[in-house]
Amino acid sequence: MHPVITTVLQRLGLGLLTLFLVSIIIFSSIAFLPGDFGEFVLGQNALPETVAAFRRELGLDEPTWLRYIKWVTAVLQGDLGTSFSGRASSGANESRTVVELIAPRLWNTLFLAGVTAIVAVPLSLFLGITAALKRNSLYDRSVNAVTLTTISFPEFFIAYLLIVFLAGYFPTLSTVNDGTEFGERLFKIALPALTMTLVIVAHMMRMTRASIINLLASPYVEMAQLKGVSRSKVILKHVLPNAWAPIATVIAFNLAYLVVGVVVVEVVFVYPGIGQLMVDSVSARDIPVAQACALIFASTYILLNLLADVIGIVTNPRLLHPR
Amino acid sequence: MSEEKTYSAAGEVAQVRLRRSRWERTRIALGKAPISAWFGMIVIAFYAFVAIFAQFLAPFGEAEIFAKADLPWAMFAEGQAQHFFGTDQIGRDTLSRLIYGAQNTIGIALTTTILSFLIGGSLGLIAVISGSWVDQILSRGVDVLMSIPSLIFALMLLSIFGSSIPSLIMIIAVLDSTRVFRLTRSVAANVVVMDYVEAARLRGEGLGWVMRREILPNIMPPLVAEFGLRFSFVFLTIAALSFLGLGIQPPTADWGSMVRDGSRFIQFVAYDWTLALPSLLPAGAVALLTVAVNFVVDWFLHKTSGLRDEH
Repeated sequence: MHPVITTVLQRLGLGLLTLFLVSIIIFSSIAFLPGDFGEFVLGQNALPETVAAFRRELGLDEPTWLRYIKWVTAVLQGDLGTSFSGRASSGANESRTVVELIAPRLWNTLFLAGVTAIVAVPLSLFLGITAALKRNSLYDRSVNAVTLTTISFPEFFIAYLLIVFLAGYFPTLSTVNDGTEFGERLFKIALPALTMTLVIVAHMMRMTRASIINLLASPYVEMAQLKGVSRSKVILKHVLPNAWAPIATVIAFNLAYLVVGVVVVEVVFVYPGIGQLMVDSVSARDIPVAQACALIFASTYILLNLLADVIGIVTNPRLLHPR
Repeated sequence: MSEEKTYSAAGEVAQVRLRRSRWERTRIALGKAPISAWFGMIVIAFYAFVAIFAQFLAPFGEAEIFAKADLPWAMFAEGQAQHFFGTDQIGRDTLSRLIYGAQNTIGIALTTTILSFLIGGSLGLIAVISGSWVDQILSRGVDVLMSIPSLIFALMLLSIFGSSIPSLIMIIAVLDSTRVFRLTRSVAANVVVMDYVEAARLRGEGLGWVMRREILPNIMPPLVAEFGLRFSFVFLTIAALSFLGLGIQPPTADWGSMVRDGSRFIQFVAYDWTLALPSLLPAGAVALLTVAVNFVVDWFLHKTSGLRDEH
């Protein structure tokens, strides 16, 4: 088989294995919950029959491995279980399914992350590549110092600074709902998107710059320069083919970071996204919802990193032209 | 060196090689430190001073509640108010809480980082020295743990164990130790193949001796730099968790939760900018410390590894 296919398949297999192990970790975390599960959710004075019914609903009377298999099959079919909130000790059950809670919020989060990515990716690639080409110039140094500073800032600090300076122009609360028009939606998420852009651009620009500088320092580039190849040709023909892999890695890695970084930003701007939902469910100890959110975040993160790896392998000239 | 006349190889051979004392080497290195590193060190020293002597510096108690709530700098308007930065929403002095917050937040972050280095560092060294299956199991386990974003993982674990300070410290230390493990393992892998390590093992030295006396001294510089980076990362994570309301719980003063408490005023910042202060002051305190640590680490990495941007 072609070495590219073999390596890609290996990576995919490893990615699936990681997903599997992560799902086990997320699932088994529920087993560490101290005390009896039914009483914990329904309250101390719940009737024993209610608790028993609840335990049966969760399948707590079955062995763990069977529960895990049922859980995974259900998740694969899009059933993430039922939220703990809305259950009373009397046995009344007004809880909603996790999917119902998550679906609209997931769309909101993806919208925010998507808008940020559309702005941040081209901008940071441009900054990173130009800084690498004009290394040690005033431009490079100032971009470098600014990004090192933004990296060290916590997200909420950047967010509040933006609020202080831009509160007169943009809304400080990004309250959107299903009926919000596209244009208004964009206007409302301006500040959270800008916050995330600042954080992401700093990371991405530094990583792009470092990987390009690494390439420019390699012997074959020096060889091309000594041979008298023009500067633009060196970059287009010699540097760029090898640069795709690191650049793709940088983009995918930062998109993964973006998915996680939304948690704090969503809370700051009270944006109804999945990060906010996760924080709420953790403080209410609504474990099915927290588990589902963790699963979504973790699998997005793993899949994006996997994508970066695969792109890196597929565009690697050394693998494409085996000896 | 004093004799700078002419160079002669014979002269150098005949010279008694004087080793500079640790103090002298430190002084020379500090003399060459760039401005940014100096700025970082001064800021860190200031924070350390405030954190250690918080009890003497703070004008009021950590959880002392005053009947009258003040806005920041109300003292200039009224000429009698006693709270420089005002009070928070239930009348606790903001300046005192900032000072105590230095002690609590930095103390917890430091404990967590030290713990994560103890766990990650020793496991990394054990993996490298034992090799084979121990290494495989530990490394693959760490790979899996690292594939879950740490803030999300911490949130999930906190939902199970509840947010108390000990569980916060343990959860973040364990999650963060995976990064320490990776680094320790990769730098120690180059040292463990050296002849002197093999000699020590042939001599019959145990695992502990090889770890402490043969390998650790040789991998110190990158670990020290990593300690700074991990500290600022842990510090930011704890601040973020407290900001989300899931980290350090009141009445303990802490910068993350102070930002959270102050944020209820920030919606009105367009009318009066001082309303931003209750959340910007603690957030700025967090930001300044991480910037300072990053500057120092940046300089230290350049100095010890000869790491240059050029090549």
